[in-house]
Amino acid sequence: MTKRTLQLKIYRYDPDKDEKPYMQDISVELEASDKKLLDALVRLKGVDDTLSFRRSCREGVCGSDAMNINGKNGLACLTDLESLPQPVVLRPLPGLPVIRDLIVDMTQFFKQYHSIKPYLINNDPTPERERLQTPEDREELNGLYECILCACCSTSCPSFWWNPDKFVGPAGLLAAYRFLADTRDQATSERLDNLEDPYRLFRCHSIMNCVDVCPKGLNPTRAIGKIKDMMVARAV
Amino acid sequence: MVKRIVVGAHYGLRDWIGQRASAVYMAIYTVIFAIAALTLPEMSYEAWSGLFSGGLMRFLTFLFFLALFYHAWIGVRDIFMDYIKPTGLRLALHVVVLFLLFGYAGWAAQILWRL
Repeated sequence: MTKRTLQLKIYRYDPDKDEKPYMQDISVELEASDKKLLDALVRLKGVDDTLSFRRSCREGVCGSDAMNINGKNGLACLTDLESLPQPVVLRPLPGLPVIRDLIVDMTQFFKQYHSIKPYLINNDPTPERERLQTPEDREELNGLYECILCACCSTSCPSFWWNPDKFVGPAGLLAAYRFLADTRDQATSERLDNLEDPYRLFRCHSIMNCVDVCPKGLNPTRAIGKIKDMMVARAV
Repeated sequence: MVKRIVVGAHYGLRDWIGQRASAVYMAIYTVIFAIAALTLPEMSYEAWSGLFSGGLMRFLTFLFFLALFYHAWIGVRDIFMDYIKPTGLRLALHVVVLFLLFGYAGWAAQILWRL
């Protein structure tokens, strides 16, 4: 197979050296085995080891290599090189502080995630084997528990851009509904109280950017709608 | 005041439902108004003011304006919440918009009952 060349335009910023960020035009020779964008980035790292990005599992499970690819958030490891028009423009996830190159500071994102208490709250004595659910009750958790916290959704959400300190964001709200929907959880009312706030939940205007970018095909907008439904059911 | 992020105002649901309810009412009123206006015998001031001489039409129209102002209040407040960061300035803008909308409601009543 003939060698392929990939043209890239990559956001570069090293706060120790660069006064401000710049876009670097660069090309990389690909091997036949390079299928995904992450393969190309790893190849590029072999040429220029100052290029910084996060990666770990390289198969869409860890959520480390989320970045803005040709203007749309996604995971480099799940993005087919074939599908990308060149030059491939790579930027860090929008709306979060850049640490270096394609690496962003996710503190704000995880702060919001932790604020919804992403764990089962059940004060009953621990049963001998496990807390059981009916298959129908378990069904409701599908499409919720699969989130890998890559932050593609929250960083594509304008409401999160404007209020990352106050709006929980699609990823956090999807996780919030995951525990609201869990029949084994006993903190439903407290969870709803925690979200009943003009900023924390109601900044969402259902524009569905989150659904558009989710690399796992999840639907945070639907989950947010269900949280609102629960609040309505509780209030009227 | 200590400089910390504070959230948890415990409102939002009422406004969210209110915005939707007012939108539904405005949509229904638009149909009623369109039919009433299109079935006017002639396009004259007399026919036009005749349309609003009935108590029901006046009431429905005034309700439409109230729905519009409530809807606008939530929408404009949302914009301020997104883009106006200093709390004092945001509060001041909220107050200005509220006074304006209350003024408009009074003005709408005055116009309707004068026709």
